[in-house]
Amino acid sequence: MASDTTAAVPSPTPGQESTAPARARADERRSRRYRRDVRWSPYAFTAPFFLFFAAFGLFPLLYTGWASLHQVELTSPNDMTWVGLRNFSRLLSDDFFWNALRNTFTIGVLSTVPQLLIALGIAHLLNYKLRGSMFFRVAVLTPYATSVAAATLVFVLLFGRDYGMVNWALGLVGFDHIDWQNGGLSSQLAVSTIVVWRWTGYNALIYLAAMQAVSADLYESAALDGASRWQQFRHVTIPSLRPTILFTAVVSTIGATQLFGEPLLFNGSAGATGGSDHQFQTLGLYLYEQGWVNLHLGRASAIAWAMFLILLLIGAVNWIVSHKLRKGMTS
Amino acid sequence: MRTRTRMSRRLAALAAVAALGTGLLAGCADDGASPAAEGSTAGGGGGGAKTTLTVGVFGAFGLKEAGLYDAYMKLHPDIEIKQTSIERNENYYPQLLTHLGSGSGLADIQAVEVSNIAEVTATQSGKLEDLSKAPGVNKDDFLPWKWAEGTAKDSKTVGLGTDTGPTGICYRKDLFAKAGLPTDRDAVGKLWAGDWNKYLEVGRQYKAKVPSGSAFVDSASGVLNSITGSSATRYYDAAGKVVYKDNPAVKQAWDTASAFATGGLTAKLQQFQPTWDQGFANASFATVSCPAWMLGYIQDKAGAAGKDQWDVAAAPKPSNWGGSFLTVPSAGKHTAEAAKLAAWLTAPAQQAVLFAKRGSFPSAKAAYGLPAVADAKHAYFGNAPIGQIFARAAEGTPVQTLGPKDQIIQQNLSDIGMLQVEQKGKSPQQGWDAAVKAIDNALDQ
Repeated sequence: MASDTTAAVPSPTPGQESTAPARARADERRSRRYRRDVRWSPYAFTAPFFLFFAAFGLFPLLYTGWASLHQVELTSPNDMTWVGLRNFSRLLSDDFFWNALRNTFTIGVLSTVPQLLIALGIAHLLNYKLRGSMFFRVAVLTPYATSVAAATLVFVLLFGRDYGMVNWALGLVGFDHIDWQNGGLSSQLAVSTIVVWRWTGYNALIYLAAMQAVSADLYESAALDGASRWQQFRHVTIPSLRPTILFTAVVSTIGATQLFGEPLLFNGSAGATGGSDHQFQTLGLYLYEQGWVNLHLGRASAIAWAMFLILLLIGAVNWIVSHKLRKGMTS
Repeated sequence: MRTRTRMSRRLAALAAVAALGTGLLAGCADDGASPAAEGSTAGGGGGGAKTTLTVGVFGAFGLKEAGLYDAYMKLHPDIEIKQTSIERNENYYPQLLTHLGSGSGLADIQAVEVSNIAEVTATQSGKLEDLSKAPGVNKDDFLPWKWAEGTAKDSKTVGLGTDTGPTGICYRKDLFAKAGLPTDRDAVGKLWAGDWNKYLEVGRQYKAKVPSGSAFVDSASGVLNSITGSSATRYYDAAGKVVYKDNPAVKQAWDTASAFATGGLTAKLQQFQPTWDQGFANASFATVSCPAWMLGYIQDKAGAAGKDQWDVAAAPKPSNWGGSFLTVPSAGKHTAEAAKLAAWLTAPAQQAVLFAKRGSFPSAKAAYGLPAVADAKHAYFGNAPIGQIFARAAEGTPVQTLGPKDQIIQQNLSDIGMLQVEQKGKSPQQGWDAAVKAIDNALDQ
């Protein structure tokens, strides 16, 4: 850009003196335009994001907040009756809400913890010099590229009670058949398995990228000090990966809080109930059931905002933890 | 020159951004095709542009598959019909409500399932066309109750009936023979004629003879739904009050279905789940309550292995399960043309074609006399005279009082309550309480 201003260098043609003020004015104008350009262009370039965010992020958020204070039915979304905070206060005594919150939490723990541990292990293995490492890296990522629907349908068959492969394998080693879908913990375990299967590779690649940024000198000096492979992993790799681990933990937690597709489809045709005893109904599923099955938009909006507040809470906890961690690292 | 190129480069960038922006916006805009843009002047009768009519349906509705659109377009060269389909009604229906609310994104004709029709006539009739006076509509062609279901309180008929779900009992002859039961469909029908408890009794006999390997019915919910489908009052009374809790008919249905579950007469399957499909393929149950539209499904799932094994007999009492309507939203651009098409699609002759090709049983009683219906036999079900069997069921079904939340009540009774009794070993009372709790929560605005 700067080189463009050289175009304004005056040419030594005689008889131009009389137009000097005009040219100065033109220069002035141009530099003003340039300044404006530098000043405002970034806003113009980032504007599309904010416009779309306003239309598809902020507006729904605020509208949902407004709707959560009303009694609104999907049959006539424009007829709103003001009910104040009733939609929120009734959540406190709503057994289905607390059940969904509990399920979201257990499924979240059952899926996030193994997922991140396995991802760390896989990343560590992939970090070795391997023949065909690119193949393994791509292979690890393929579950992530599969659609939730396709993956869940396959898992529903695998976890089938009568003809499922998991029960068949359990039968081979002498165990009884488990009714995966109807049990409380068993259904949550099955749903978690789908999540773990889909997201482990993705996290493994993030860890792998972080591991490759760890300086080889550290390993070398650790090796010189007589540290074994395992000790190197524990005392060099893990501490260097701490910010990355925190990041993946936060992202997985947010994903777990919003878990929806897997439990919905795990229930097949039965929709958003999350099993006959609501045993794997997550918050996202309960929101959907209230809004799009029972058609109560106001109540669904209140659940959406409750979820939002829970995420803010998790975010705050995360901020405090990372703050403490950073302090711990510098001191 | 340099400034010029810089300017033009900037212009080009601006143009690119603008083009991108409009592209994105266009992506958001609804695709209600404008006739002028879509028109092809070649085939038009008057040389004018073609009118494009869209039909919004759920699942494999059958109108297109039966070739009815093509037939209509041949009769009316100036009309072009396009269909959009959403696989499952529980996704289709909320979207339809949203579109009706905003008055945009609607197809010219929208299908409505019977479990939603009461809510549609009660809350959306102001946004739908009155089809009773549309050209080609004849009230007397339809079953009176089907006509009544599509009519709102202000006697505006907003939904024209397509098919209904008269229900029979589909059964496996090989398993019946094994249990020492008759296999002839008339004899089988006589076993339980007139009383659902006789059906339960046959189930007990079956279990005594065939102790393991196969169950008598697929699921207790299937039994529950077909019993409630055979009584005039179900979840609502005529005044529109929710009465399922105190309705003796529902109570009786619940008790009978629970007896199936607690007596171990069911295969403990949930309908329309992959495991249910596997049950057909593996012959894990001997009977299933089957509305006319389910025959094709059974044929698909039981496949070649079940050939010559399945047959269909009359249910203990005439019962209805399922069926649909066509509506014309007033927000459409071609409401008159759409009403004409809806009238034609639901006329007796076309309903007979739909039955012959797809097994969807006509709601136009005038079609029952047509040979395509009266003489219809189903090869897969041992050449059963399904035209006669289902026509008898359809004509014997009482006019049922529907209510806006029928679907939610039915779904929670089967998928929460009965499923807990059947699959989780809860007592019938516990299952009932769980269902009532869920329904109370769902109905509370």
